[in-house]
Formats: sequence, C-alpha cells, structure tokens
Amino acid sequence: MESGLFLAMLVLGGLGLVFGAGLAIASKIFYVQRDKRIEMIEAVLPGANCGACGAPGCSGFAEGVTEGKYSVGGCTAGGPDVAALVAEIMGTEAEASASMVAVVQCRGGRDKAAEAAVYSGIEDCRAAILVDNGPKACEYGCLGFGTCEAACPFDAIVMSGQGLPVVNEALCTGCGECVKACPRNIMALLPKDRQVFLGCVSPDFGKSVKSVCSVGCIGCGICANPKFVEDEKIVMDGKLPVIQYEKIGNGADELKNSIEKCPSGCFVIRGKVPTKPRKETADIES
Amino acid sequence: MEIKMLLIISVSAILVSNFVLHRFLGLCPYIGVSRQLDSAVGMGMAVVFVMSIASAVTWVVYRYFLEPTPVNLLARWLHVNPPDLTFLRTIAFILIIASLVQFVEMVIQKTSPGLYRSLGIYLPLITTNCAVLGVSILNIDQDYNFLQSLTNGFMSGIGFTLALVLMAGLREKLELANVPRAMRGAPIAFIMAGCMALAFLGFAGLKIG
Repeated sequence: MESGLFLAMLVLGGLGLVFGAGLAIASKIFYVQRDKRIEMIEAVLPGANCGACGAPGCSGFAEGVTEGKYSVGGCTAGGPDVAALVAEIMGTEAEASASMVAVVQCRGGRDKAAEAAVYSGIEDCRAAILVDNGPKACEYGCLGFGTCEAACPFDAIVMSGQGLPVVNEALCTGCGECVKACPRNIMALLPKDRQVFLGCVSPDFGKSVKSVCSVGCIGCGICANPKFVEDEKIVMDGKLPVIQYEKIGNGADELKNSIEKCPSGCFVIRGKVPTKPRKETADIES
Repeated sequence: MEIKMLLIISVSAILVSNFVLHRFLGLCPYIGVSRQLDSAVGMGMAVVFVMSIASAVTWVVYRYFLEPTPVNLLARWLHVNPPDLTFLRTIAFILIIASLVQFVEMVIQKTSPGLYRSLGIYLPLITTNCAVLGVSILNIDQDYNFLQSLTNGFMSGIGFTLALVLMAGLREKLELANVPRAMRGAPIAFIMAGCMALAFLGFAGLKIG
C-alpha cells in the first residue's frame, strides 16, 4: 500500500512538475509583448466572466476597451465604480471625453410637441422610428422612449415626465453612448465649458415647425440679426442658427440679446431653466 | 465495425447526448457567451479544439499511467506491480487540461495571431470548464479506445457549438422582442434553454442499429 501512495505522489507530482516546467519554458519561448493596460484593466474588472458587456469574458472586454471596441463604462456588472477605474487606466482618451458633457437638443416634450400617432410597440426609439418614422409629429424631435436612458452606463440620463431625457451633468462622463444610441441625433456632446447650445435640430420651415411644436426653431433668423448680435456670432445654416463658439468664447453673455429675442426660446443655457417661449408677435414672421 | 461505432458515437455526442442540452454540462459559457452570434461561433470552435486535444491527452495519460494494466509505464520503468491510480483521474485530468490549454494559448498567440484573435480570448474561459473535464471522464467510463475518444471529444465539441450557436441566434432575435420587464436578460434565456433541452429530448428516441 505504501508503494501505492508513493506512486500516486510520483505520478501527480511528476505531472505537475512536467507541466509547470513546460509552461514556464513555453512562456519564455512564446513570449508576446502585450498592451500593459489590458492586464491593468483586467485587474480592476469584477472577473466574473458574466458576458453582460457582450464580450466573451473579462479579458475579452479588457482587450476590447484598449482597441476602442467597448466603452470604458461597458462593464455592466461593475457599474460606475469600475467604469471610473477603467477610464483612469485608459488615461488620455477618457480625459478628453471627460471634458465633454451630453446635451439634449430637443425641448419638445409631450406638453409642447404634438404626436401624430399612437405607438404601442417596443419601448425603444430605434424600434419606434421604423414604424413610419415614429409617432411624433415632428420628424426631427425626441421620440421619448428612453433609448438614451437605457444606453447610459452611468445612470446620468433620466426621462422627464414629459418624455424628454434630462442629463445629470454631475454623473455624465461624456462617453458618448447616448449619442450613438439616439436614432435622431438629438443627443450631442458639448465641451463642458460651453454654456449655451441650440435646443432644436429641425431644419424645417417656420410654419411646419410651428404646426407640430411650440418650442421648435422656426428659422426666423432673428437671433442672427446684426441688430442684436454683431460680428456674425450667430450665422444661419439653412433654417437653423449656428453659434460661432470661437467668436463668443464659452459664455452665453455675448448672445444675451439673441437668446432673449428668440420667439420659441430655443437657446438652452446649461444648468439653468430653459428660457420660456415668448408670446407670438407679428414682427417675427419670416 | 469501427466506422459504424464512430458514427454512432458522433450522432450520440452531437444530438442524443448533447453536452449542454442533455448532460447539462458547460452551462456557464452557454448562457454567458451566447449574446452575439460571432462570439458564440468563436467560443464553439475553441471548445471543439480543446475537447479534441484534451480527449487525446487524458486518454493516453489514463491508459499508460493511472490504469493497472500490463501496458502501465510506471510498472515497466520501476519494475513493480501495476498500481491502481484511477482514483487520481479527476485531479490529474484538471491538471492536464488546464496546463494544456495554457500551453496551446501561448503557442497560437506567438505563431498565429489571426487564430489567436478568433480563439485566444475564449481559451482561458475553458481551462476549468466542466464540459471538457466531462468529455475526458466519459471517454474513460465508456471504455472507448483512442480513436473513439478522439471522435467523442471532437463531436461533443461540435454538439456544444450547435447548442451555443442556436442559442445565440435565438437571443439575438430576443433582443427585439417585447419581453416583460421582469423577465428580460437571464430569466428569459433560462426559460429558452429549458425549451431547447425539451426539444433535444426528442432525439433520445433515435435508434441506430
């Protein structure tokens, strides 16, 4: 029996020794230079290989992040904490995006914009848009099914009661997942220090905008009028005004007059309650 | 006769005793890596690869080191009676499979970056997979010879791939379905896996003879 014990130890120890030595030698012979960040990211991931990110296991995700295939916040199981650590490891790229913030370029909630139809399919903007371009009367406005809310890895987007996404800027990391998810390009990234942007993307004529939405840009061009703003700080591109950030800097003060004159109150100043639309007056008809 | 036996083993491994849907082994990658069709195919190929190699190597080790037969190499080298070390098979097989997979991963990472990209990331996931250990132990339990073990390993891998790819295809469709909120994600996937297992139960009536 003692020889059996001895032989068992011999066999298992021998196998272990042979394989251990073999692997040690192989790791020298077949050494391949890898991106150091992959291992660092792998170390901060939960390591459960759950596959929720879509990658096959945590090492696959780590590799995908370094290649730009997955966003730094792609680890669903890890949540915001892991996302922050991964972003730190990825360094420069994350920093670049950290200086951006997501903005909602539509203000036409259910109380302001008309619906053309009742939609009762999948609660997802990308699905809703397949059915005759979505239920909203405005062809360009936010559909409000919260696809961006679901896409946000940091829980920074919440749908308001009126069916418009609201960005919590304290949580937003500027990763751009909502921009990718939105089928109507309502979500956009704005450099964090810029204060003002246009809250409408509709390039339609005033009348058709007015008929479907009370806060849409009607393209009157009053904001670009030299009477209110000098030096072409706002120029019209078709029916939409374009703010020339390089001329106004980041603040909103230089556009004060234009913002006040806008009949629909389309300019949104970040962090403030959007300006209220003024009563319609005759002198702004384009 | 041998060919017929191999055929029976193949059909049995792929359909009748499918590793995932009949033996319920390897369920972790079955749920985890079935979200996208292309990852499912990659994972399946890696499993086929590892199962084949593991079947071959574990069979050799079992036959020549652990089993008390006249061909036992220990008995020959040390001039003792062939010892019965079959109780070591589980730990020995785990050791063999894990080292083997690590080794293969290193080799293909160096020699074939293309193959590594398609298989490499899945390999570490399989090192201690129960399906791979399962196929090695089944080969021994069924008293297969070397060729039969190899066939069983390869075909079991194919069966695993079949189940995984079917599942991935279904889950891609499921992404668009209007699933009740509480059932989204893993719950509906488990229910679907159960339905698939029921469907594969139909193959149990298959008679080859």
